[in-house]
Amino acid sequence: MGYAGLQLVNTMFMQELCERMTRQFDCDQVMHQKDDLSFLRVDRDRLESALMYLKTHEGFVHLSFVTVIDYIEDGFFRLNYMLYNYDKATNIGVQVDITRENPSMHSIHHLWAQGWTYQRELKEMYGIDFPGSPRVDEEFVLEGWDGIPPMLREFDTAKFCEDRFAKRDGRESQDIKQTMRDNLYPERGES
Amino acid sequence: MFDLKRYSEAELESGKFTKLWHGPQHPGITGNMSLELTLSGDDVVECKTHVGYLHRGFEKLMERRTYIQNFPVVCRIAVPEPTFNEYMYAAAVEELAGIEVPERAEWLRCLNLEMMRLASFLMWLGGACGSFGMSTVYQWTVTHRDYMLDLFEEMTGARIYHMYISPGGVRAPLPDGFSERALSVMNGIEKLLYEIERVALNNHIFKMRSQDLGIIDPEMVDPYGIVGPNARACGFKRDVRKDAPYLVYDQLDFEVITADKSDAYTRTLVRYQEMHQCISLIRQMLEQMPTKGSFHADLPNVLHWKIPAGQTYVKSECTRGEYGYFLVSDGSEYLRRVTIRGPSYTHAIAVMEKLVVGVNIADVAGLMVSLHTYPPEIER
Repeated sequence: MGYAGLQLVNTMFMQELCERMTRQFDCDQVMHQKDDLSFLRVDRDRLESALMYLKTHEGFVHLSFVTVIDYIEDGFFRLNYMLYNYDKATNIGVQVDITRENPSMHSIHHLWAQGWTYQRELKEMYGIDFPGSPRVDEEFVLEGWDGIPPMLREFDTAKFCEDRFAKRDGRESQDIKQTMRDNLYPERGES
Repeated sequence: MFDLKRYSEAELESGKFTKLWHGPQHPGITGNMSLELTLSGDDVVECKTHVGYLHRGFEKLMERRTYIQNFPVVCRIAVPEPTFNEYMYAAAVEELAGIEVPERAEWLRCLNLEMMRLASFLMWLGGACGSFGMSTVYQWTVTHRDYMLDLFEEMTGARIYHMYISPGGVRAPLPDGFSERALSVMNGIEKLLYEIERVALNNHIFKMRSQDLGIIDPEMVDPYGIVGPNARACGFKRDVRKDAPYLVYDQLDFEVITADKSDAYTRTLVRYQEMHQCISLIRQMLEQMPTKGSFHADLPNVLHWKIPAGQTYVKSECTRGEYGYFLVSDGSEYLRRVTIRGPSYTHAIAVMEKLVVGVNIADVAGLMVSLHTYPPEIER
């Protein structure tokens, strides 16, 4: 079977898988982004069992990464667990929404031995706790950081630099967007 | 060797152990990171990887810049392999925006990526030999990497940060006479590789020090997320270029290279063979590549780009394995979130901390280089 044929089989596999997941884990949202990538949303307390099922029964043995999207305006974080099935050459992103107030999530370090590294980073960068995750309170990238977690949307990088570092004489900053407007398309008169 | 089972925890106060920082300023460390080693005599009892010396907050910076402003930012995430960042970012934006890339641009991108792979491997191979005491090899490989940088300069106008692969295509076609000059450099590198095989890979000392060092058990591969040559060296036939072909890889003739024991020596051999594979792929592309046609899609004014709301994950095979970008757009002129997935995240932390236990201090550098880790992709 050629790659195109394999792709078709895998697309059908993904559609059936999403239907199974919806039935078993009450996934409230399913999104097929492309032939080999879908996203599912599960409830916070069903995440662990959903990941366990995908890993042990559906062949999604590879955890590519764990990340989070901060929806500050709606008051929640969206965690994303990206898994991969080598046999079917398909990715699935399992997503779960958690509140921004005292955020906490179940640890997955017992499912993937590398899971704790991602959780440690998310604790430091977003303040999300993963009780029971090894070394989750140890510093990861930052050292002696005493501000709010720097990847939160409310953390203002420009203000941080103004507060922390002295301005050097003889240097002037440019508004990048304005500079681009002035210089990028002068002949087209677009701005 | 130190008996690990006798101690549940290294008690530093007992006087039986020494704490040693391997890096961040150390010739045997791969970039700006450090290993906090606890030693019993000369053997490592415990290791903790420390990163953060290179953190520039790229993912955060990218949330505050427009899509086109991010284009010259992404290549700076990894010095040895900027091109993969350029391609992943462009591919993610194109997918969300529904931009069709001309066929010629796909060939040029693929050529650029394989040239990058070869240049990166050259630097790595020199480091691998240097960490076992053969620093002359490093001088040879860096010289030939510089010839590769000459080619990049011709092709893109820049030696390190090329900013060549932009959303929509590439910035320029190949200059006149490029193929001949590139083939000449390939011939030189091929000759060098046979020389290195003779003096280093067949060298008794190199073998003695690297064989059986840092063996990756096949059982570790999935739980630890091990990818690329580290996984292929223990028999896993996995390569994004074959598993989910992108660009023009499905039109090129190559096989996934595997071996049956992932120790430092075998990993070196696998990468060495992949360097020959790179040369073969570059030759194939130079021969088959279309010489006419558009190399960039016609795009609207970049100042007014708004990418439709959505999310995607795109990936490619870099020298170390699966390299990917997870990009989320909320429909505004700024991206909502980008996550960069690099193989070193697990190879340099969870895997390294496990493999290094029981290793002699003199071999720590060799083990680390054999995992081919880059701190920038951990810290982003």
